Amino acid sequence: MGIKTGTKVRYKNGILPSSEWKLELTRKAYGEMLVELGEKNPNIIVLDADLAESTYTKFFREKFPDRFIECGISEQDMMNTAAGLSTWGFIPFLSSYAIFLTGRAWDQMRNTIDYSNLNVKIAAAHGGISVGKDGCSHQGMEDLGNTLSLVNMTVVVPADYWETRKVMEWIPTHKGPLYMRLGREKVPMVTTEETPFLPKKAIEVVEGSDGTFISFGMMMSRAVQAAELLAEEGIYSRVLNMPMIKPIDEEAILEAARTTGAIVTIEEHSIYGGLGSIVARILIQSKYRVPTRIIGIPDIYLRSGDPEELLQIAGLTAQNAANKMKEALREAG
Amino acid sequence: MPTLNLSKEELIERSRLIRHDILISVNAAQSGHPGGPLSAADYHTALWMNYLNVDPKNPYWEERDRYLLSNGHCSALNFALMAHRGFFSRGYLLTFRSLNSRLQGHPSSVKLPGIEVGTGSLGQGLSVAHGMALGARMRGRPDILSFCNCGDGELQEGNIWEAVMHAGHRQTDNLILSVDWNNAQIDGYVENVKGVEPLVDKFEAFRWRVLVADGHNMDEIINAWEWAIDGTPRCGKGCGKPSVILFKTVMMKGCPSFENIPGWHGRPPKDDELMIMLSELGFKYTNVEEARVSLGEPIYDGYGAENGH
Repeated sequence: MGIKTGTKVRYKNGILPSSEWKLELTRKAYGEMLVELGEKNPNIIVLDADLAESTYTKFFREKFPDRFIECGISEQDMMNTAAGLSTWGFIPFLSSYAIFLTGRAWDQMRNTIDYSNLNVKIAAAHGGISVGKDGCSHQGMEDLGNTLSLVNMTVVVPADYWETRKVMEWIPTHKGPLYMRLGREKVPMVTTEETPFLPKKAIEVVEGSDGTFISFGMMMSRAVQAAELLAEEGIYSRVLNMPMIKPIDEEAILEAARTTGAIVTIEEHSIYGGLGSIVARILIQSKYRVPTRIIGIPDIYLRSGDPEELLQIAGLTAQNAANKMKEALREAG
Repeated sequence: MPTLNLSKEELIERSRLIRHDILISVNAAQSGHPGGPLSAADYHTALWMNYLNVDPKNPYWEERDRYLLSNGHCSALNFALMAHRGFFSRGYLLTFRSLNSRLQGHPSSVKLPGIEVGTGSLGQGLSVAHGMALGARMRGRPDILSFCNCGDGELQEGNIWEAVMHAGHRQTDNLILSVDWNNAQIDGYVENVKGVEPLVDKFEAFRWRVLVADGHNMDEIINAWEWAIDGTPRCGKGCGKPSVILFKTVMMKGCPSFENIPGWHGRPPKDDELMIMLSELGFKYTNVEEARVSLGEPIYDGYGAENGH
């Protein structure tokens, strides 16, 4: 925001220019949608581990107290209680923070839910480092690596409020374990009600042929801003939003490499085990080994601070993304 | 669904045969855990033959009782019980732990119909069984029971006590836990490794009903299961507490030369050892092959067999 909108940037699929973005919580969309889904489907149940206020499952608790299971501060127990409930045809959504669900309760997630392929939906608030002032213990920068390696797990990270609603609408139609990462902070509403969400599909949000940014979650807004910055210089990059990271839209990645000649990924996750690793793996084994840059949290622990300060330390800024794209394009020649 | 409704004498005889099958399958695999399955065999035989409300021909029957072996390394027992209840023929036990068998090293629901949810990573099963009990209650069927078995060493896992606290808090009285209290784990006697006592006080403090029973005395075993089921909504309005039976047992029970030695937790008997064990159980064979053949053909004939999956 604060960036002058490039007039020649071609936004697609209902995406707004940064000058029109408003801020909203993704976890609020989650809480609202749980109630909407709960009204339609009596099999929707919700579990939480003493964070209902923060994860916004409180909306569901208020409306459907008999279908809300408070597990107390016991993430491992919550994970497997949900597993047991799912065997009765319920669709349990469980929530806590990303670091605890995919760290402390990883064994439960792997050995019980994922191996037995149970229909449990894991919705993690406070993903990433933009958690901010709580500091390192509450920042989740390894969650995607920890879930992407699970064989049956579907992994999805909505970009903003509207996309969270879209993803939530789809989730009950999906069978099997699913991990969805949400954030703590209010993030720009880049998408609109008309922006589609399709499982296993990238969505082109900015049209362009000078390299492609691939991103998900809050960083998608940074990628759009980077495209706007580059447009000021007459460079028109494509932006792909990749809300579903597993299974991933390989074709869109290969097509982007083939037609735009350079790739920059940007994600609020460790450089180990996130989107960048996946994109690199796909490209390196393809015909399109185009210049690629991977922007993620370098191999450091962050600390307390304003989210924006932390994102800057990690290099998760639009300016850095734009610079990396120029670097890659130069290399492409 | 009728159970086998065996007499006390028949249960004693059946548990002897189940021990026989466990030892032969673990020996055939040359891998697996004989110690726990033998300590837990008597009370499990009573549960599986006489109390567990399941349909072996239709393992996904909605109204079935749920059973979960939280200490999944005792899988040889789980599979032998299933064979004896009629889920599949005993000969299939000879395929235990082999590449294309449904009988995985630790129970797997994606491989074997009749296993509710996979187990093996210790400490996890009680939360799952509790979730199943809550599910029955939420479906308006608290008369459907959820059984779970843990090892005593397994009680060192923190997740167990999260589940114990949760079930006590929710007064989940269609949940029944049995503990194979054999005081043996891989690194030695439980009391020396990291003692779990006082167990009765612990469970009572977490708001459970507790009973201690001799896990090798069939009269006590029958009384214990009747006591546990009597406290559930299957028999009236339910007592408002989950129940736990702490079965005092001996590792490798039934084979006196091998009893109460923690080393038998996870070591398969060699052929000569198997012959001694079977002999101590009262089975006379001239060689191991003859013992194996007594189980029948190693073919899966249970649910889903006709579809080849």
